[in-house]
Amino acid sequence: MYEFWHHSLFFGTLLTLAAYGAGVWLKEKSGSPLLNPLLSAIVITIAFLLIFGIDYDTYYDGAKYVSYLLTPATVCLAVPLYEQLETMKKNITAVVVGVTASVVTSLTVILVMAVLFGLDHAGYVTLLPKSITTAIGMGVTEELGGYVSITVAVIIVTGILGNIIAEPVCRIFRIKEPIAKGIAIGSAAHAIGTVKAMEMGAAEGAMSSLAIVAAGILTVFGASIYAMIF
Amino acid sequence: MKSLKQFAVILFFSFIGEALHALIPLPVPASIYGIILLFLALQRKWIQLRDIHGIVVFLIQIMPVLFVPAAAGLIKSWPVLQPALLPYLVITVFSTVAVMVVTGHVTQLIIRKSRR
Repeated sequence: MYEFWHHSLFFGTLLTLAAYGAGVWLKEKSGSPLLNPLLSAIVITIAFLLIFGIDYDTYYDGAKYVSYLLTPATVCLAVPLYEQLETMKKNITAVVVGVTASVVTSLTVILVMAVLFGLDHAGYVTLLPKSITTAIGMGVTEELGGYVSITVAVIIVTGILGNIIAEPVCRIFRIKEPIAKGIAIGSAAHAIGTVKAMEMGAAEGAMSSLAIVAAGILTVFGASIYAMIF
Repeated sequence: MKSLKQFAVILFFSFIGEALHALIPLPVPASIYGIILLFLALQRKWIQLRDIHGIVVFLIQIMPVLFVPAAAGLIKSWPVLQPALLPYLVITVFSTVAVMVVTGHVTQLIIRKSRR
């Protein structure tokens, strides 16, 4: 049996799609916004691998064809951005100041909390790029001498968390402007958060996509300055 | 054939992004260069929206699924993550909420000010 899992070409992708399908089904059946399909899919996939004792690398060998589409899909975010070009131009000051505020807030909160928790320098720089897209974040951590695998995990957890809390946070804290919502979600929770912003509306989705790019690039420079502080 | 052509255009921008990532010594991934270049191409009308519309709708729609394999990789990083789990978790949750709230309000404040 073990041999079979190891050589199956289709198992990884099938499990991924089935888990996501189950996640969507769970949400529709329960009607609860807490049952986020992405989170359910991740939990189901991990549970399946653990229960059947399947190695992650074996699973990923098949599932990598799903991940393959991630770069092309991210490139497609240029389209909502283009469609909302006028909105962006009209609100350029808000966008620039908002993204700058997000990067400064993120880095400062992490600095203060890292000191409070007594993390060492490597642990601290590992967290600095937590709100930006994985591929940029990995590069930042590597450059600054942190633990890359932890950065990847923390970035993914941040994205899922942001995806789930985006709607309640906007409601509770009275963030009502679609542009403000989009910038907030994209700069706090990168592409995984942007998935939720897309569901909220066209302006939210476009601004969230813009925030991934802008906050990501700004963090490359910001994180190297913050790494010198502590 | 139409969808194939559309997919080829998106792959072309992904590929150019990949090439730039290899050439430029910055930790900026292929996808970010790709977004910027496709955006410019649309703006300059080198590419028409209708030439890629179908594939774009499809890829953006399935985007959440694409994060599942990488996220399931959390089981692999679990041994490294576990010893310092509490501080990492607290910092992650608190800073994510803080960034969302502060960014949302700063952006909203400026939008509303400029309307007056």
